Amino acid sequence: MTEPIPPRPLEASHLTLGYGEQAILSDLNFALRGGAVTSLVGANGCGKSTLLRALSRLLAPSGGSVMLDGQDLHRLNAKEVARRLAILPQGPVAPEGLTVEQLVWFGRHPHQGFLGGRSEADRAQVAWAMSQTGMTAFAGRPLEALSGGQRQRAWIAMSLAQSTPVLLLDEPTTYLDLSHQLEVLELVQRLNREQGKTVVMVLHDLNQAVRYSDELVAVQGGRVYAQGDPAELMTPELLRDVFGLKAHVLQDPDTGRPHIIPYAVARVLPPQAGGLGSPEFMSQTGP
Amino acid sequence: MTSAPLPSPPQTRWAQAALPLGLALGVLALAFFALGVGAVPTPPADLWAALSGQPGEAADLTRRLVFDLRLPRVVAALLGGAMFAVSGTILQAVVRNPLASPDLVGVGAGAGLAVTLLLLALPDAPGWLLPWGAALGAWGAFLAVLALARDGARLPPVRLALLGVAVGAACTALGQVVLLRASDHLGGALAFLAGTVYGADWARVGRALPWALTLLPAAWLLSRRLDLLALGENMALALGHRVTLGRYGTLLVAVGLAASAVTLCGVLGFVGLVAPHLARLLAGSLHGRTLPVSALLGAGLVLAADTLGRVLSPPLEVPAGLITTLLGAPYFLYLLQRTAR
Repeated sequence: MTEPIPPRPLEASHLTLGYGEQAILSDLNFALRGGAVTSLVGANGCGKSTLLRALSRLLAPSGGSVMLDGQDLHRLNAKEVARRLAILPQGPVAPEGLTVEQLVWFGRHPHQGFLGGRSEADRAQVAWAMSQTGMTAFAGRPLEALSGGQRQRAWIAMSLAQSTPVLLLDEPTTYLDLSHQLEVLELVQRLNREQGKTVVMVLHDLNQAVRYSDELVAVQGGRVYAQGDPAELMTPELLRDVFGLKAHVLQDPDTGRPHIIPYAVARVLPPQAGGLGSPEFMSQTGP
Repeated sequence: MTSAPLPSPPQTRWAQAALPLGLALGVLALAFFALGVGAVPTPPADLWAALSGQPGEAADLTRRLVFDLRLPRVVAALLGGAMFAVSGTILQAVVRNPLASPDLVGVGAGAGLAVTLLLLALPDAPGWLLPWGAALGAWGAFLAVLALARDGARLPPVRLALLGVAVGAACTALGQVVLLRASDHLGGALAFLAGTVYGADWARVGRALPWALTLLPAAWLLSRRLDLLALGENMALALGHRVTLGRYGTLLVAVGLAASAVTLCGVLGFVGLVAPHLARLLAGSLHGRTLPVSALLGAGLVLAADTLGRVLSPPLEVPAGLITTLLGAPYFLYLLQRTAR
């Protein structure tokens, strides 16, 4: 079920985003690489989640545009977008008693007609999504009976059932313990390598972002500070400017990629930028 | 991942149909029993003789008693209960609030006030006009409650319920003040607004029936939209659902059902709150299954309440709405406490 990889699936031009009058991000221009895993990184409150929401049609831009395969995302039909791009927002909540299989079926909504008849293709895709995420054995379990990691995999299975070439994940590892975080990230990596999915995610942990991404987009001060290969991007200068951190950048003996060890706060940041380098940030709890 | 994964229980079509079928049979049996209850009790054998169209003077008398007096009342209880229950199920999904119910968001009282004003202004208004007026009043009260309860983009559950009760109480009081100044005739004609199927006749059933026959199936057709809305705005948008259209479409059905039910039997307290909760408990959270179960539970609940009200201390009739309120209020308080925490 490998999808054809569009060369530049998502592209932002002169994109300005904000809630109400205040612009959070202004005049952004960048393109995401098709078939790659891209992570948006930046300090708390820098607008990376806002950016992800705009890339997925959850938030309409106040200026500029987002192009999905060369078409204006925010002018496309809602179901059409959901057939090409799946997004898993942060901390989704399911109604009580909903089972894994019932949840995963929601992913077929964009492919179904008004009355929601179920085709063979729908069934096959739901089964595939559950097996990819290791949720087949849990199909009949209600979500609240699962562990945090399993529940997150169930939601990812729902997004997979949409069978889109592009998958967007907003902090998929938040509230999970470390082993479950890696479990989710390895699943993402496998989906990218085996299915050719273009993945864009917001991640808090820099070392995880470096390890599991082909490309990083560093957001700072309402702009894209830098975009590129993690190995080239992760310099002490970037860590200082984007995260306000003093850090050593070593080489990960396993992957050869950079490994970051922060040791001090580089400067006092304005309060609205959020607690950079604060214990909260270091321990990777959510915003 | 400590426990071994359990295989899911086989959910055959038959198992899924058993619950609504069983409930439907129960409601039918209750209806047959209710038709025999009254000031002149009718033994089941006589009732069956009358219903199956046997000739004879005694059977004719029973037939008239049953068809003209008891049957419209039973049908009104069944329809009213089902309509409030389905309306409550939709409201709870759309505002994602377990405390939502047509009588708790101002819809019921708004409809009642509108009916009172309409009949005061146009005493000879045709029956079909009443549900339209009721729907208008229901929307007015509902939009007022939404505007008052809104906190930015959020709609805090407990605040919605409290403001709904307050606006509802204001509408009811206003309606009663209006009635004080109206003729005794109008007051008598509108006594049912307090929540009873006592005195329900075929004319009253007739004005709500088209609404029920249109909107109950419409609610079921919209069940997947309700499922999507229950996942939350972001998730529904992400799955390609047109959220605003979905919300107003389903709310239109919910308000229409409750408002037309008010013209049939007044506000039956807490039916729209309790029946959906019970239905979700029995049938899960997917609305394709929950809605029919909720409708049957609401119908059965109101019919049981009305029948109980008739046999408690005859010839005194305890209004069905009073009994459902007595049953539902403690549950509401429990939910309120649980949600506020």
